[in-house]
Amino acid sequence: MAGIAVSTTINGDKVEYLCHPDETLLEVLRDRLGLTGAKEGCGTGDCGACSIILDDRLVCSCLVLAPEAEGRRVETIEGMAHGDKLHPLQQKFIEHAALQCGVCTPGFLMAAKDLLTKNPNPTEEEIRFGLAGNLCRCTGYDKIVRAVQDAASMMRGAA
Amino acid sequence: MRYIRPLSIDDAVTLIEGSAGTAAILAGGSDLLVRMKGGFIEPDLIVDIKSIDGLREIRETPEGFSIGAATPCAVLRENTALTKAWPGVVEAASLIGSKQVQGRCTIVGNLCNASPAADSVPALVAANARASIVGPSGRRVVPVQAVPVGPGKTSLVKGEVIDAILLDKRPPRSGDAYQRFTPRTEMDIAVVSAGANLTIDEQGVIVSARLALGAVAPTVLLVEEAANVLVGSKPDEATLERLATVCSDACRPIDDKRGTAAYRKKVAGVLAKRVVAAAYARAGGK
Repeated sequence: MAGIAVSTTINGDKVEYLCHPDETLLEVLRDRLGLTGAKEGCGTGDCGACSIILDDRLVCSCLVLAPEAEGRRVETIEGMAHGDKLHPLQQKFIEHAALQCGVCTPGFLMAAKDLLTKNPNPTEEEIRFGLAGNLCRCTGYDKIVRAVQDAASMMRGAA
Repeated sequence: MRYIRPLSIDDAVTLIEGSAGTAAILAGGSDLLVRMKGGFIEPDLIVDIKSIDGLREIRETPEGFSIGAATPCAVLRENTALTKAWPGVVEAASLIGSKQVQGRCTIVGNLCNASPAADSVPALVAANARASIVGPSGRRVVPVQAVPVGPGKTSLVKGEVIDAILLDKRPPRSGDAYQRFTPRTEMDIAVVSAGANLTIDEQGVIVSARLALGAVAPTVLLVEEAANVLVGSKPDEATLERLATVCSDACRPIDDKRGTAAYRKKVAGVLAKRVVAAAYARAGGK
């Protein structure tokens, strides 16, 4: 295929791919690289299901063109656990049953990870504002907020 | 479609000017990609301006601040000097979209998207911000309100690229503020919005004022009559009532799914009073 050659870093690994100029990073992650954790909910930056971290900024990968990743650092949900050891957020989401269908979950976990990196001890209000760009149609958010609070407390204890 | 990432503003201008079809400028992409996916535009050329030197930074200059066109709004909020000098501009920029969108969206994109309801624009107009534009015939600097000319339309000609938004240094006892009315607190588009920028004297009398309203006309309105009401006064009840009347009268809103014209006129007056009170308090007025 005649495409743009992109060289980037995904979850710490050097990755190269060819893409079309109008492909989104989400499409490349899912359809070319097999990283299907990020989901396409709306495709217009409203639901947050495709959230990833690009050079330390939480973004919607559906609103990033694939060629833009050249030379940058991409973190996806696939890089969150270390082998079989879940990240505290993942563990707490399970313990608190903070998911039902699971489509929004990878996006929530990335957004929560970004939030706790910048603010290790957020108030409930800060968590709700921090996760306002992620929509969940199953849980009603309370369990998600509790899971993030619990994970934050666990991570502060470990630090 | 071609995607190009030029390293200089002159290259960007040359590329766009020389392109045969439609060219689109990409900074944050939070409007552009949505319009491309929706089939509203199909650019032949996308010029990503994020690798151009200086476009992703906020510089303090002898005149004030220069905010690079590709600076994400999240970076504005993290800049303490800018937030201290222009809290109203920063609070307006911080209301655009979610955390995810904040990491990408820019105030120049917000301005050039030319939505009458753009959050950052009333605050920028109130702040007397200027747009620095580089084009085929050189550089020109215009007040930001000269850029949008109607919903989705700007005064920029082919090949022109905004490279920065310029804000002045603040005289002592100055304050600005932005507020909007939305049914939800987050992730929503303004039904009506207002930005105010005031300077007061040592007695607390307003010596200069700019007030802008959003979502009540095809473009953001700078309400000159509001300045006439405010200058020489303190924001007492009678002054604020006169302010609300001139602001409601200045509106030329439409009925749409977010609110009726009559409702928007009324809310514009209420928000004008609130932003002036907020800006006055930030200027140190009591």
